[in-house]
Amino acid sequence: MRAVSRVAISLTVNGQPHRRSVEPRLLLTDFLRHELGLTGTHVGCEHGVCGACTVLLDDEPVRACLMLAVQANECAITTVEGLAPSSDQLHPLQEAFWEAHGLQCGFCTPGILISMVALLRENPRPTDEEIRTGLAGNLCRCTGYQNIVKAVRLAADRLADAPGLPLSRARERMSAKPIFAPRSGAGGEG
Amino acid sequence: MKPAPFEYVAPRSLDEALDALSHADEGTKVLAGGQSLIPLLNMRLASPKRLVDLGRVKQLTYIAERDGGYTIGAMTRQSALERDDRVSRDVPLLAEAIRWVGHPQIRNRGTIGGSIAHGDPAAELPAVAVCLDARLTIKGPRGTRTLPARDLYLGYLATTLAPDEILTDVWFPKATPGTGYAWLEFARRHGDYAIAGVGVAITLDADSRASTARDPGRIAEARIVVTGVDGVPVRASAAESLLAGAPVTDRHQVQPAALSASVDALRSAIDPATDVQATAEYRRHLAGVLLERALPVACQRAHLTPSPSGRGLG
Repeated sequence: MRAVSRVAISLTVNGQPHRRSVEPRLLLTDFLRHELGLTGTHVGCEHGVCGACTVLLDDEPVRACLMLAVQANECAITTVEGLAPSSDQLHPLQEAFWEAHGLQCGFCTPGILISMVALLRENPRPTDEEIRTGLAGNLCRCTGYQNIVKAVRLAADRLADAPGLPLSRARERMSAKPIFAPRSGAGGEG
Repeated sequence: MKPAPFEYVAPRSLDEALDALSHADEGTKVLAGGQSLIPLLNMRLASPKRLVDLGRVKQLTYIAERDGGYTIGAMTRQSALERDDRVSRDVPLLAEAIRWVGHPQIRNRGTIGGSIAHGDPAAELPAVAVCLDARLTIKGPRGTRTLPARDLYLGYLATTLAPDEILTDVWFPKATPGTGYAWLEFARRHGDYAIAGVGVAITLDADSRASTARDPGRIAEARIVVTGVDGVPVRASAAESLLAGAPVTDRHQVQPAALSASVDALRSAIDPATDVQATAEYRRHLAGVLLERALPVACQRAHLTPSPSGRGLG
């Protein structure tokens, strides 16, 4: 085997700065899971089809399996671990998935949450069709998507009723702690 | 799954990138958005010795109005083109086809130059470039050359790009009034490479745009490109010539006889391959069906384009 020199990278993951020296061939998925221990980013197909590894790269959803860790040098990443404002509170979208049974085995869920956070940021009141189109890049083999769509709609309704809740951008989140929606103040399903 | 080891170079300017590629051989690959190359690395269908990553060459990311069209830097992300109002208005075939590229998560990384230089015959952007006669700028140690997109492609994933050259920008002409476009493709699963796809541009003659119910006019020019039926994007020139001069109906449609003649011409001109996704016969049939559906859409849109006389819905 040829000796290939390692490359120094520095990046921010969920607001935390990291510096590492990595092999150029290391995928961003493996970097997050093996180097940083952030195993919430799941590895499914490893060729960009299933969407389980979706993360936010500078606020845009991307496939972490279709990126080398070295390509993320000087970037800001948000993984599913970065969505919840604290260890005892869920992100409103996660809360809605819980309540509306938007997951069964949970394997696809991290990628779906990340994709839907980005969708709701761009389109806070999506129609069911827009939610389904937004989900097209994430495969779920358990739910038939019905409850996923319900959960996204539930979260969208609550967030629309209480603007200013955390769909905030990753870069802002580094400095400002997001405000969480108390469940008692949340709107009903509708 | 892991790529085989390689050396990695991340230049910060085009000059640095060209330097990094000087004396490069087939073992060196240029990395743009990586949405085609990284899957090949992951599956070890490709194992280059060296990757030159253009991700930090900021000067290759732009959309500039030039020479009656737009020059687009090779590293411009597909999602940036998708969101650009100028592209939607003036290069509608590109805007329509780009929404068929993978998924939003793919288009956030995928670049126009990467897709065109990779040259997958089932991909949308090489076909759009061939359909619209896009002009490519290629830089290398022997200087700068420009060529029409169709001259880039030699065969399956094979192009005239030398290992030491970089595709730096792509120029697309603006849509002219009286021209309507349509992109249509079919895949078994949304976002996959299509089994076949069709891009169409129909230009009505000037009289047609001021047509009366008594004389609805004619098609001046037709451009048809097909994906997934050969090693390169294919222009259906026989079908194109059959449509040129064909009269349109009073409902602003291609006449049924001309429509079916062009579909037949397309089906007999192509020689698709059989693979795990579809048989050759299925692909041939599908390409015809897609053309049959895309032509009426393009024709209707051509009639509705804005015109100086204020006709049409714009």
